[in-house]
Amino acid sequence: MSFSHLAHTLFPPSVRLPDILLIDVGLVLAGLGILGLLTKTRRWGWLWREWLTTVDHKKIAVMYMIAALVMLLRGGIDAEMLRAQLAAPGAHFMPASQYDEVFTTHGTIMIFFMAMPFIFALFNAVVPLMIGARDVAFPRLNAMSYWLFAAGAILFNLSFIIGGSPNAGWTGYPPYSELLFNPGPGENYYFLSLLIAGMGTTMTGINFLVTIVRMRAPGMTLMRMPLFIWSAMVTSALVLFAFPPLTVALAMSLFDRVFGSSFFTLAHGGMPMMYVNLFWLFGHPEVYILVIPLFGVFSEVVATFSKKQLFGYPIMVVSILAIMFLSYGTWVHHFFTMGAGPGVNVFFGLSTMLIAIPTGVKIFNWIFTMWGGRVQYTVAMLYQLAFIPTFVIGGATGVLLAVVPADYQFHNSYFLIAHFHNVIIGGTLFGLLSALYYWWPKMFGMKLNEQQGKWAFWLFFIGFWVTFTPQYLLGLKGMTRRIYTYPSGLGWHNLNVISTVGALIMGAGFVVLVFNLVWSYVYGERDLTGDPWDGRTLEWSLPSPVPEYNFARIPVVHSRDAWWDMKQKGQSLAALRPEDVHDIEMPKNSPIPFLLGVAFFVVGFGMTFKWWPIVIVGGLGIVLCLLFTGFDYDDHHHLQADTVRQSEASLGRLQG
Amino acid sequence: MLPMRFKKPYRKLMLVAMVAGLLSAGCGQQYVMLNPAGPVGQKELHLMILASVAMAIVIAVVFVLFFYAIIRFRDKPGNTAPYRPDWHSHKWLEILWWVLPAVLLTVIAIPTVKTTYALDRLPKSKQKPVVIDVTSLTWKWLFQYPGQQVATVNYAVIPTGVPVLFELTADSPMNAFWVPQLGGMEYTMPNRVLPLWLEASKSGIYAGRSGQYSGTGFEKMTFNIKAVSPQAFQTWAHETHSTARPMSMYDYNQLLKFNTVGTATYSNYPLDTFPTIASGFTLNGTGMYMTMRNKNSITYMPMSAKP
Repeated sequence: MSFSHLAHTLFPPSVRLPDILLIDVGLVLAGLGILGLLTKTRRWGWLWREWLTTVDHKKIAVMYMIAALVMLLRGGIDAEMLRAQLAAPGAHFMPASQYDEVFTTHGTIMIFFMAMPFIFALFNAVVPLMIGARDVAFPRLNAMSYWLFAAGAILFNLSFIIGGSPNAGWTGYPPYSELLFNPGPGENYYFLSLLIAGMGTTMTGINFLVTIVRMRAPGMTLMRMPLFIWSAMVTSALVLFAFPPLTVALAMSLFDRVFGSSFFTLAHGGMPMMYVNLFWLFGHPEVYILVIPLFGVFSEVVATFSKKQLFGYPIMVVSILAIMFLSYGTWVHHFFTMGAGPGVNVFFGLSTMLIAIPTGVKIFNWIFTMWGGRVQYTVAMLYQLAFIPTFVIGGATGVLLAVVPADYQFHNSYFLIAHFHNVIIGGTLFGLLSALYYWWPKMFGMKLNEQQGKWAFWLFFIGFWVTFTPQYLLGLKGMTRRIYTYPSGLGWHNLNVISTVGALIMGAGFVVLVFNLVWSYVYGERDLTGDPWDGRTLEWSLPSPVPEYNFARIPVVHSRDAWWDMKQKGQSLAALRPEDVHDIEMPKNSPIPFLLGVAFFVVGFGMTFKWWPIVIVGGLGIVLCLLFTGFDYDDHHHLQADTVRQSEASLGRLQG
Repeated sequence: MLPMRFKKPYRKLMLVAMVAGLLSAGCGQQYVMLNPAGPVGQKELHLMILASVAMAIVIAVVFVLFFYAIIRFRDKPGNTAPYRPDWHSHKWLEILWWVLPAVLLTVIAIPTVKTTYALDRLPKSKQKPVVIDVTSLTWKWLFQYPGQQVATVNYAVIPTGVPVLFELTADSPMNAFWVPQLGGMEYTMPNRVLPLWLEASKSGIYAGRSGQYSGTGFEKMTFNIKAVSPQAFQTWAHETHSTARPMSMYDYNQLLKFNTVGTATYSNYPLDTFPTIASGFTLNGTGMYMTMRNKNSITYMPMSAKP
């Protein structure tokens, strides 16, 4: 392969746009800066020991969260670019081909590389602490999950500077995503990065399912689990059964592109609609994977900040389980217009309406949790209070979309776009930000500034409605999704301008949020009690940040809201007698997960460009990593009781 | 279809609730979904209104309870509201909020089922439908009239008051055929023929577009449907058939190029440009069928029979 050919493969015209070149320079400079800083401050060893090889769920949570926030920035910039392009009729803010790439990466990143890792950050940060465990069931697998996610995310984000981004939408429907219409490496990046990250996600699902089933503290029966634990368990089960169809669909598409098979191609009798079915067989449970954890978050936040027990706990559990089962039976509502006949469409329309019932029940239970309580308007609670009306309206427009004949009109219009942003931002993003403010003290040991947080909140909340109300109306005016531009005279212009203004307000909200995080990290009020919100669940019984071993002594649970109950009875975990502390078995750090991530990245990158020697090298790396880890029995160590006693004493939690 | 007695009240409610302001502002015509020009769009709009009203009830109930709760039970000194930190269940309230959404959804669900089946059948005791074979190409639309032996690109002419059976396929990635004022969309897919019937009640020009992304020129996949009186339609078809030049295989192959083009009109067209054998679903809900096309006729066969 000649040099010029290689250069053209790696840097086709689509990645030589001025804005991308500017970003290239910025990335190189930033990269060199970080490398220089690490070298100058002699932090390489620290980075390797404390972060790259860690298996501690609390540190993995921090890494997930940082990655999610960076991806929120990337996806948000994509969104602002889309809104800039649509702000005027006939605009050419960017070329059409770049617009197609940007809406594809916006959707893919927000779902797979922002929302998912953010949710896993919460699982990692909170689940073991809430159930009174010292780590997850499989700590090394947990680290592997993270590094596979990271490999997928880096591979995906590499596409816009090397080789070209995918451009077939976040759903990647064939035949448009097949080689005939999409010859570049972009779609290979899409399929490979989602396959690699998806493996990590599946493993996370297994890990947390086992953790929650097997590792709860004594006395924590299923019906004493906090609602967040229920939601994490249900989400893990959803992941376990929803990701296989996605993996199959992605792998078959990849085969079509790389090995010349014809599963979904136009030619040779391929069946594109099979991909669409498989994708949404994953995709619909996926939207519940994205929102159920936040239902859990809201259930914790509303009880804590209403100073009141959660209303209707058994009903909440039943409804979450009902949603889990029903969510597997609604996927065809993403394509009623496929012409599958009225019988099929009616079945899936009714199942979709049915799923609205348990969701509505949860809304009423949250409202009645506040009823008779004392509602504190903290930032975490404000997001909850914004969530309820926003999500109810998003759910109502969802029912409109479930009405099959109405969906024939709404489908793929901006009405649909407004609906799913209404539930994903109103449900998932508001929930994630609520959780961020709620658990930040536990993760980092300091509270986030409430005043700045309120600014960010109001910008997000107002910006959200200013962005998406016009989009409902644009849908009624017949504007379809993914259009690059539109002529004047259709009455679309003014509404699009308002929507773009809203997006800028949300962007301002993100800037304030980041300022809030950085400012609070430096100047924020330290959380010395470990229980800044007067919490109800076990994580608040621990100091902030939590020591490596979590619990010096595993608590015994006697009721729901275990920590609240202990506080009411005047008990405390802080009063530890020295003889209660024993040696603690802890998982040992390992470089294998990180190296496995590197190996998968190499395979992914090589296969994107079909450079087989690189694929083989990466594949050997994967095999070696798995062999080493399979025969590595030296995977744990013992923390001496004395070390634990010293640590607890320094935290002021040891008697005598 | 909905019982007649339901129609008028909620149409009024709709006017009050949603579009009154918009219509009075003089831009109501641009809300194409709310201004149907045929029975299919009309039925779909009725369901949208019914569902909107039912959902408005849910939203109203939730909003009243929600705002009462967050104001009444606010944590501030001197709040006299009862504080009951251990109040966590109330059997009748909980039953109520399983039942309320269930009832409202049933009200929506029954007409949804009826209309979904109704839209899947050509209306009986009407005139014979006009058949138009629609092919989405990258990035243009080809309309072929097997009954009239004419073909058009990026526009179509239909008679008013007569059901039009659009048979949809693609010689391109997937698209969706959508004329919002006449009714909802349906995908166009390679190797499939899907039926969609629409009807214009009054003459006019109705804008259509693709509803499914298919590449960089996809937003230019727009077309106009001109609805004219049945006589005018016959005249147009006759004149076009006798005066326009026929479409050759070369013309068709030119259309397969990845580009956008203006409108064009042809008399005859090569028959094998539309799938002579393809599968899809019937319009009468009897399942999958295969189409077989001869010079002037189309036969539908159940999938079980061999062509």
